[in-house]
Amino acid sequence: MELLIDGLKKAIEMIFSGDREVFAITWLTLKVCLISSLISSIIGLPLGILLGLTRFKGRRLLLLFINIGMGLPPVVAGLWITMLLWRSGPLGDLTLLYSPTAIVMAQILVSLPIVTSLTCTAFQQVSDKMLLQIKALGATKLQTLAILIKQLKIAIFAAVMAGFGRVIAEVGAAMMVGGNIQGDTRILTTTIVMEVSKGNFDIALALSFILLSVALLITAALTFLQQRKRIS
Amino acid sequence: MKKNRFLITLFALMLLVLSACGNSDTKDTAAKEKKPAPKPAPTELILATTTSTQDSGLLDVLVPMFEKENNVKVKTIAVGTGQALEMGTRGEADVLLVHAPAAEKAVVDAGDAINYKRVMYNDFILVGPKDNPAGVSGNDIKAAFKTLADTKSTFVSRGDDSGTHKKELGIWTADNIQPAGDWYVSTGQGMGQTLQVAAEKKGYVLTDRATWLAQEKNLDTLKIVVEGGNDLMNIYHVMQVNPEKHDKINSKDAEKFVNFMVDSKTQDVIENFGKKEYGQSLFFKYTE
Repeated sequence: MELLIDGLKKAIEMIFSGDREVFAITWLTLKVCLISSLISSIIGLPLGILLGLTRFKGRRLLLLFINIGMGLPPVVAGLWITMLLWRSGPLGDLTLLYSPTAIVMAQILVSLPIVTSLTCTAFQQVSDKMLLQIKALGATKLQTLAILIKQLKIAIFAAVMAGFGRVIAEVGAAMMVGGNIQGDTRILTTTIVMEVSKGNFDIALALSFILLSVALLITAALTFLQQRKRIS
Repeated sequence: MKKNRFLITLFALMLLVLSACGNSDTKDTAAKEKKPAPKPAPTELILATTTSTQDSGLLDVLVPMFEKENNVKVKTIAVGTGQALEMGTRGEADVLLVHAPAAEKAVVDAGDAINYKRVMYNDFILVGPKDNPAGVSGNDIKAAFKTLADTKSTFVSRGDDSGTHKKELGIWTADNIQPAGDWYVSTGQGMGQTLQVAAEKKGYVLTDRATWLAQEKNLDTLKIVVEGGNDLMNIYHVMQVNPEKHDKINSKDAEKFVNFMVDSKTQDVIENFGKKEYGQSLFFKYTE
């Protein structure tokens, strides 16, 4: 209990004393997570809509892989990306291993299936009757899509939030592909793991509060957008 | 109108994120364009090392010194000695700082590492519960391990192929004991975490002194029981990965790093490190 209060105190102290390193780590965490969530959404939302609304050959197989991907353990993603980026690996010439880009790659790998699958589920639940009615009113395909997106706003935001939740909580892969390098790839989760192994529980606890605050802020913003009155 | 506002907010959010990603890049290029770079961009050097050098804080002192002197960006990957050596043989690291002489010798003999230099030493200690149920003491680690096995006292092993783990296994082998059973706990984690497991389980554990001193404040159920024997010496070596075996090795900076580590100025820094905080040196200079 005492440790908890000390941690809170330390967190507030760290934030207000303008600790440069903590600020840099938080900023990097924010940057990396937002970029990977954004890319996951840019790819995952259209892909999910496509999978949810259309029928084509191999669709079910693709869906199966995406659903398996939802449970892809981050360490597995980390291991794969590491081997891909090794100097001796297929993308070794890019020297991306142990860089923030590598972390983004691993995070996309774990969050993309979630965004895609949840979007697909939402669009698949649109009733045929409604689609028929929209069609009967003379909407073009693009207009139909626009109406559906408006209708399913809540579900789309839920998919984006789930994807973001996955990446900000991620530590195993970020440790492996990022290497937890000071001033370079050290993000909040990997710093917490390191401080715990150093025995600095107070600092780890303080960082955990900062991480939670970041997650809270972003999720609150998304929830706010999600819960705005639906446009009729 | 409402619809528009919603879309605009979304768009603004995306722009914000996009500008965030582009931020550093644009700054970099802008800086480059303005002045014709007084010194070239730093080269990257991957240092694979053990958790003890990072967790003790020694690298936080040494690496910035080296970076400043040589315009190099050092990427420190702190893993167990086993993994560090493996990264060396695979050519995934440029320079290694590790502490398992027997395993290192195999790597050097195979020609995977060159420029092999002794850097520093400290010692291993056996730490155990305050009430010391097995009653081990003194400086004979082999005898102590034998007693622990005979009395089936809880022993917590790192089990992660690190230098400390290799040392521990070496002592069991010297005693002709196959450690196994309920009393032998293998954590597969770094030194810090393993010490914490030992504190919770009231077990004995072999640790390097630097990590112990750094963590002692959190481990009030443990104390040092065996220390000082010749078998407990913990020697660190630095070596560079053989550039002839792999392309993409940064051998120029790797060589500089090896020379930096054995330089007398650096050696003084190593010996003085931790004196203020712990009242004693965590590492001692030890070059050939």
